Amino acid sequence: MAIDKETVKYVAHLARIELRPEELDKLCRQLHDILGFIDQLSSLDVKEVKPASHILPICNVLREDEPRKSLSPDKALKNAPSREGDFFSVPKIIE
Amino acid sequence: MGLNQFTAHELMGKLKSREILPRDILEDLFARLKEVEPRVKAYARFKPEGIPSPEQSLGLPITIKDNICTEGLKTECCSKILVNFRPPYDATVVAKLKAAGVSIFPFKANMDEFAFGSSTENSCFGTTRNPWDLEYVPGGSSGGSAAAVAGDEAVWALGSDTGGSIRQPASFCGVVGLKPTYGLVSRFGLVAFASSLDQIGPITKDVEDAAILTGIISGYDPNDSTSVNQQVPDYTGSLGKGAKGLKIGIPKEYFIEGLDAEVKDVIDEALNKLKFLGAVSKEVSLPHTQYAVPVYYIIATAEASSNLARFDGVQYGYRASSDELIEMYKKTRAEGFGEEAKRRIILGTFALSHGYYDAYYLRALKVRTLIKNDFDAVFRDFDCIITPTSPTPAFRIGEKTQDPLKMYLSDIYTISVNLAGIPAISIPCGFTKKGLPVGLQIMAKPFDEETIFRVAHAFEQNTEWHKIKPKL
Repeated sequence: MAIDKETVKYVAHLARIELRPEELDKLCRQLHDILGFIDQLSSLDVKEVKPASHILPICNVLREDEPRKSLSPDKALKNAPSREGDFFSVPKIIE
Repeated sequence: MGLNQFTAHELMGKLKSREILPRDILEDLFARLKEVEPRVKAYARFKPEGIPSPEQSLGLPITIKDNICTEGLKTECCSKILVNFRPPYDATVVAKLKAAGVSIFPFKANMDEFAFGSSTENSCFGTTRNPWDLEYVPGGSSGGSAAAVAGDEAVWALGSDTGGSIRQPASFCGVVGLKPTYGLVSRFGLVAFASSLDQIGPITKDVEDAAILTGIISGYDPNDSTSVNQQVPDYTGSLGKGAKGLKIGIPKEYFIEGLDAEVKDVIDEALNKLKFLGAVSKEVSLPHTQYAVPVYYIIATAEASSNLARFDGVQYGYRASSDELIEMYKKTRAEGFGEEAKRRIILGTFALSHGYYDAYYLRALKVRTLIKNDFDAVFRDFDCIITPTSPTPAFRIGEKTQDPLKMYLSDIYTISVNLAGIPAISIPCGFTKKGLPVGLQIMAKPFDEETIFRVAHAFEQNTEWHKIKPKL
């Protein structure tokens, strides 16, 4: 299928990635080629086929809801680019 | 002969008899790194001045890929976006290794950023070189692990395999690499790429080391909900049993146009060797093989786009400066991710987006079922399936970087295994005239690593390929 610039721009916005104009052009061309290749899947009749969401027969893995040891706030925040007290700090969201 | 040249099981024998101490191995490894690492670049952040004292070594060292968490030791997935990330915990495989008395090598193996690639050219630390010819790629994404083992800069190593990332570099570098059955090895602490495909596995100098290492890292882990709760067999028990009477399927779809003529000759000879050793082989069909690459690049990128959403400049790694939150996310991800990572995240986001989900993602999941069914059918009558690991030997650095589709197609023989969740190994089985290694891929049914080790070991012990080393 053909993928246009507007679609790539929109998807990049959904993926929260800023693209430079030359990146957008290049990506458009490459995605066009890749999707063209992927389109061979449309030749298969899969109406009666179940999707393989998972390859193992595992479902609903549960455990008892009991408190367990976890990382201390200090350890969990050690890699944070910015922190305030026991919190991750980000640019202001609400005016 | 330096201790860095021995296999892990040989060194274990020497340690046990107190002939050597762990620090002796580390000393020889460090000496080797000083000598060849500036040319090979198998490690992500190697600096000669960063070599620690070997005195602190407590056991046999193992090299770990840069996407597997090691507590306190930088784990950056060779991406700028994870700059300076020091995990606050060990991956389950790392904890298991430590418990088994294995020590973590202080440098981590280079890789394609977030394991996105087939050549290790997508690392933010630069390209790893193939020890057999420095102008050639080592394969990828676990190219650092494979090059380090091949070049005797590591005793053994861990890699990860989502579409061939252990087997293809093992093949290109002339070493052994196993992708275990999905669910055999815990993924807890492996930085997720495509969660339904990822598995951690060994890259080693011989089959016995691969069997030992698989035994150490396997087993149920409550921290990974896809980890399977069953007894792990003693894989070393499969060694030495020979190949007599084993039924091998040879899928015709793997021997078509695109397969390098020299690779084909080497594989044919290897198959003859196995027949000589008493195995019986027959042509089989995996009719949906041609759809594996397109299915993979939908499923793997869709899962990656979701998994990599966590890299947003808030919890760890790189953050771009901005006063506004959404703009901070966008700039952080624009500046932090490399070209291939952006391409895959955007492709995956597209495949999952409203209006395209059914046509791409859902359809790919259905074709994945067909691919799995193909394998189930063959394994009803055969013990294993044998193919080349890759259609070509290692390619030149830069040869495929401008054409992502061409790069994706280099994984054409390894991807189906991940989609079907089955185990497969690559072992050295010969060389091209130019002296580049060729790998033989052996696949088996889910959780039948024992058959893989049995066949691989029988072949290896009756050939000399694994003993030939590159001249660096």
